[in-house]
Amino acid sequence: MAGYILRRVLSTLPVLAIVAVLVFLMLRLTPSDPAAIIAGDYANPQQIELIRERLGLNEPILKQFIIWIGGVLQGDFGESFFYKKQVAELIGERLEPTLSLSLLTILLVVMIAVPLGVIAAHNHGTWIDRLVMGFSVLGFSIPVFVVGYILIYVFAVTLDWLPVQGYQRIRDGVGGWLLRLILPSMTLSVVFIAFIARMTRTSVLEVLNEDYIRTARAKGQTEMKVLVRHALANAAVPILTIIGLTVAILIGGVVVTESVYTLPGLGLLTVDAVLARDYPTIQAVILLFSFAYVLINLLVDVAYTFLDPRIRY
Amino acid sequence: MATIDAAPPVSRRRSVWSTVLRNPSVLFGGSIALIMLIIAILAPFLDTRDPAEINPSARNQKPGYTATVRDDEGKRIQVKYHLGTDSLGRDIYSRVIYGARVSLIVGITVAVIAVFVGLIIGMIAGYVRWLDSIIMRFMDGLMAIPEILLAIALVSLSRAGLPAVVIAIVIPQVPRVVRLVRSVVLSIREEPYVESAITVGTPTPTLLFRHVLPNTTAPLIVQGTFICASAILVEAILSFLGIGIPPEVPTWGNIMAEGRTYFRILPHNILYPGIALALAVLAINMLGDGLRDTLDPRFAKRF
Repeated sequence: MAGYILRRVLSTLPVLAIVAVLVFLMLRLTPSDPAAIIAGDYANPQQIELIRERLGLNEPILKQFIIWIGGVLQGDFGESFFYKKQVAELIGERLEPTLSLSLLTILLVVMIAVPLGVIAAHNHGTWIDRLVMGFSVLGFSIPVFVVGYILIYVFAVTLDWLPVQGYQRIRDGVGGWLLRLILPSMTLSVVFIAFIARMTRTSVLEVLNEDYIRTARAKGQTEMKVLVRHALANAAVPILTIIGLTVAILIGGVVVTESVYTLPGLGLLTVDAVLARDYPTIQAVILLFSFAYVLINLLVDVAYTFLDPRIRY
Repeated sequence: MATIDAAPPVSRRRSVWSTVLRNPSVLFGGSIALIMLIIAILAPFLDTRDPAEINPSARNQKPGYTATVRDDEGKRIQVKYHLGTDSLGRDIYSRVIYGARVSLIVGITVAVIAVFVGLIIGMIAGYVRWLDSIIMRFMDGLMAIPEILLAIALVSLSRAGLPAVVIAIVIPQVPRVVRLVRSVVLSIREEPYVESAITVGTPTPTLLFRHVLPNTTAPLIVQGTFICASAILVEAILSFLGIGIPPEVPTWGNIMAEGRTYFRILPHNILYPGIALALAVLAINMLGDGLRDTLDPRFAKRF
């Protein structure tokens, strides 16, 4: 097993390297001159040249890459054009809202979607099943920001139960922190609940036809125990895969949700950086999110070997 | 032999399409998508006004507001704003209707370009063995960057506008098509009829077009439909975040972005374009689900 895990860890290195090259090249291969875009429409050639010099765009491309990647490996992403401070420091400040939102969402999704999928599979073909599946198609199609505004309108504007927007740091009070994250994490979780409930249903359905399920029932075990102990446990691997793969959608959703609820996290930072053409920040955020995505999927793959001893590569 | 061979494919093809058209998801999703397409084409004739026209005296009005304005000849006429106005006094109803045009243009263009580019790269990867691993590693790298984030990064590189947005949405989709085409090519290459075609000396281009390409059609139609839905969604997200198509162009995302400020008092500015967007994405996704179940049963179990 250790050999497999080691090989799996090593296999992510080329992907990470290619992502780094792509993120680097993106800025250099653009048809328009990044220096001119940063300078704006009213800049004169001297100002543009100054920016080129500051960005190091006049150096040979290989040298630029080596300088950049050397910095990145030491956690130095350069200085933000817009915020005038180290990008690494900027990201550090913005990490908490994003992590809070993501973790709370994943918690909510697992708590709601998995039982929903199991219930749908158990009542296969009935109206309960169709209701869950109908919700799943709907949830997958309603855009995150539309869900967000509907929830704000109902729970914050009309009922006045929850704050509309904003964020409170966790050290300023857990209550206020949680209160302000309820609506955002509900918003973000809708798509995933749709996805994962569907996936859970499919994989549990497949397992329910197995002989050992019949055996378990024949032994006289309660249906609850059959579903959870025998069916869900064996359906866990595909469910986990889909959770890993949907992290990409989660990251996209984080950007939109933070924008709707003005949570000062990495997503809002990305949008602000794009609006300000703050390339060092854009590069760093893209790199960070992509690495997180790749690493989470690595963790998921490694988790398989513990969940399902049959899996060996 | 030739006559016997020629007959069945025709009848089979007809039966495939009749199965497709009898599928409830295809029927429902397809009808809504078709209605939206007709609305988009007929936009000027659906009691709409110029979607960019600003009327300072009719700002932030609720749905159903009626205003008296002078027409081109100076006569006073009554104008009804079916869905109210935004903070510049533009007619929300007209903007939502015209917004369907932008969304569908983006969705269809992105789907066609992504499928076409992906098909070519995928066939090369599946057929030219030494290029395969280079192309696929590159695609793995692209796919490791979350879709929306990659699109956001790509729009930031060029000046805002429709072509830039289309390209920014196409690039994240291409690797998914490449993977699909490559996997079809790899499985087809081992089929006995392809091997016999190679044995009798069929030139590679003929082989690709006669034997490989037809096998990619069904999965690509399905994939293209899902790409169309996803592209409409990503375009709306980019516009909503204020980094997509310029704000004066009526797109659903732009209308919602504009409506954010007065959302508490005038929720319809976000609600109506939101409903239109959700309906379009839902319809196209359902169409895709139905097409997958009927055209491409091998992939039906994936979800």
